[in-house]
Amino acid sequence: MSMKRIACLAAVGLLCSGVATADQNELIIGSKRFTESYILGEILLATARSSGVQAQHKQGLGNTGILFEALKSGSIDLYPDYTGTIGRELLKSDASDLESLNRGLAPLGLGVAVPLGFENTYALAIPEAKAQQLNLRTIGDLAKHPGLRFGLSHEFLNRSDGWPGLQRTYALPQSPSGLDHGLAYEALAGGQIDVMDIYSTDAKIEKYKLRVLQDDKHYFPEYAAVLVYRLDVPKRFPQAWAALTKLQGKITPSAMVPMNAQAELDGKGFPEIAAAFVAQAGSAPATKSAPANFWSRLFGADFWRLTWQHLLLVFASLAAAIAIGVPLGVWAARSPHAAQPVLAAVGLIQTIPSLALLAFLIPLLGAIGIWPALVALFLYALLPIVRNTHSGIVDIAPNLRESAQALGIAPGARLRLVELPLAARSILGGIKTSAVIYVGTATIAAFIGAGGYGERIVTGLALNDNQMLLAGAIPAAGLALLVHWSFELLDRRLIPAGVR
Amino acid sequence: MKGVAPPGADFAVIVLLFTLHSSLFTNLMLSLDNVSKSFGAKQALAPTSLAPQPDKTTVLIGPSGCGKSTLLRLMIGLITPDTGTVKFDGAPLTTDNIDAIRHRIGYVIQDGGLFPHLNALGNVTLLARYLRKPSDWIEQRIAELATLVRISQDTLARFPSGLSGGERQRVALMRALMLDPKLLLLDEPLAALDPIIRRGLQTELKEIFARLRKTVVLVTHDLHEAAWFAEEIVLMRDGRIVQRGTLDDLLSRPAEPFVSEFVHAQRADPRLAA
Repeated sequence: MSMKRIACLAAVGLLCSGVATADQNELIIGSKRFTESYILGEILLATARSSGVQAQHKQGLGNTGILFEALKSGSIDLYPDYTGTIGRELLKSDASDLESLNRGLAPLGLGVAVPLGFENTYALAIPEAKAQQLNLRTIGDLAKHPGLRFGLSHEFLNRSDGWPGLQRTYALPQSPSGLDHGLAYEALAGGQIDVMDIYSTDAKIEKYKLRVLQDDKHYFPEYAAVLVYRLDVPKRFPQAWAALTKLQGKITPSAMVPMNAQAELDGKGFPEIAAAFVAQAGSAPATKSAPANFWSRLFGADFWRLTWQHLLLVFASLAAAIAIGVPLGVWAARSPHAAQPVLAAVGLIQTIPSLALLAFLIPLLGAIGIWPALVALFLYALLPIVRNTHSGIVDIAPNLRESAQALGIAPGARLRLVELPLAARSILGGIKTSAVIYVGTATIAAFIGAGGYGERIVTGLALNDNQMLLAGAIPAAGLALLVHWSFELLDRRLIPAGVR
Repeated sequence: MKGVAPPGADFAVIVLLFTLHSSLFTNLMLSLDNVSKSFGAKQALAPTSLAPQPDKTTVLIGPSGCGKSTLLRLMIGLITPDTGTVKFDGAPLTTDNIDAIRHRIGYVIQDGGLFPHLNALGNVTLLARYLRKPSDWIEQRIAELATLVRISQDTLARFPSGLSGGERQRVALMRALMLDPKLLLLDEPLAALDPIIRRGLQTELKEIFARLRKTVVLVTHDLHEAAWFAEEIVLMRDGRIVQRGTLDDLLSRPAEPFVSEFVHAQRADPRLAA
């Protein structure tokens, strides 16, 4: 029984320590989940810090929608984006000039400023050899080859400035499949797809020898890189804002493309690339550094921070799920009317895709980072715990249930003395399942800036950097094993000998 | 009370309390007035009245589904009657007094119903510990009961999964007797045991019932067992009592043809006659 109390206390403690970090005096910069955005985020961070302001970078925050919600709720202060995206995606208009964008954003307390000096437009690309063979120059040429296989990023597939409009404009007959942008290059090189969407500053265009098809009907709007910011930022952080404004026009395409290449092809760290850029004020160094050794990446400086965040995510959400899930399971077992609705509800939660749940929780909780991640993990952890508690109690043999009743033991004490001990094996099984699965699931928290090993996995995916991916996945798997073994030991202490 | 007694008197005080405890509750009179019970559309028990004789052993017998177990389960409130009342000392059984009354009833079922997560001792002492009986009282009681039902301390340390069928029933009986109840309800307590063990336990149980002067209600489907234990046999069929009496009454004055049919149903091989 005291175990439960300890677990509850631990949960409360963890929750408090994890949340009290937001600071009014800290400028919070966001970035999206692809190489260029990570680099720009780091450049903005380094620039803000160089002005003497406290700042932090919540990197790799899922997609545009999540960032927009985070910006509106004040979880971040600014992030880099592209004019075309802001117009079509956020304001649902074709406008891409700063003036009309600002007019649309002002009612939301947001604005755009500081054109950084390059454009990163969407485009479609095809391997050079294939393009020559089929004589493809423009996007319109694709319509003549309905057999071509399109592999497009999920965001592009669904954006209003992405596939739906493109297909209409060029009357393209193909039906594309969705895949992660970081993986699409490999799929293209491996011949599994023929056409992919690219960003015009992608470093890999050259490496993979791709032909960028001309947008002869000018479907794609202008995608100039700018800052999207909360209108109170210039007032709250005048020095930082002044420094950031000086970045205007400083990041030229000839600076951006090599920086992307350093990250994606040379395996250089984002902070390192950003630091070099800020130091040389505008021109990225062309020096090539050797890719970092895997072991030094695995146990890099962020290892303990990520481990702590990961453990916090798993155990705080698990403790809350135990505190709520076990009583819920008992209730479902005791009242036949409650059983089906309760089990159906926790089952239903499980079917909600994790990113969708996170995106839904951000506006609801008005924050990104640890809170929505904890709530999401808590919700996912409920099912095994509730279901195993319910079945553990329901499956107690009727003659044992009646023996306890016939002794004259009151219902509450019966639960404590007989039913819970008899169900202990099943309940602990549920908790163990939750814990081990959620060491893995907690990696999704990185999409909304809650940290953990997922941060490396998300970055690795964005960069198509297998080493980075493994540096996140291996410790997560190790932790899952560790948790599994700990529970095996715990089993022996908590499950009565007679029912083991 | 204990504070003023000289140290040597502890044992005497316990014995005294024990005797008081037994004698205080000697008048737990059970009666069922017109109780009936249906499960869905099937009537398991037609309106029935019965008052087991105090200090005597009453055996409920009859073919499967005749309502004998239903009757027993109504007595300890595991099921509630659709009509009629179950009374103890003239007062109806209610949700308020049910647990207090259960503390004065011992209940033993076919496989013992021992809790697998507790060892034999834990099973026997569960209720006493729940009611916060003093530990020296519990120890004393265990020693007496272990002698009574012939269970060793080693056996008491084992979990139910490590006990034989006979040992399980002995432990179950200990658990039922722990608070020295006046009334013992036994539902086919020996049905799952092999014949030799069964015969031995029948002998012992009858001795124990006689020695402790309990009011016993025992359910069985075995006429020989009924004849062995019963001071009164209650023969049931299709949810009603067909006849009450001694074995002689059933044999010589059957209330209806079914009684003779049931009594003579057991095939008797003359070579096996005692």
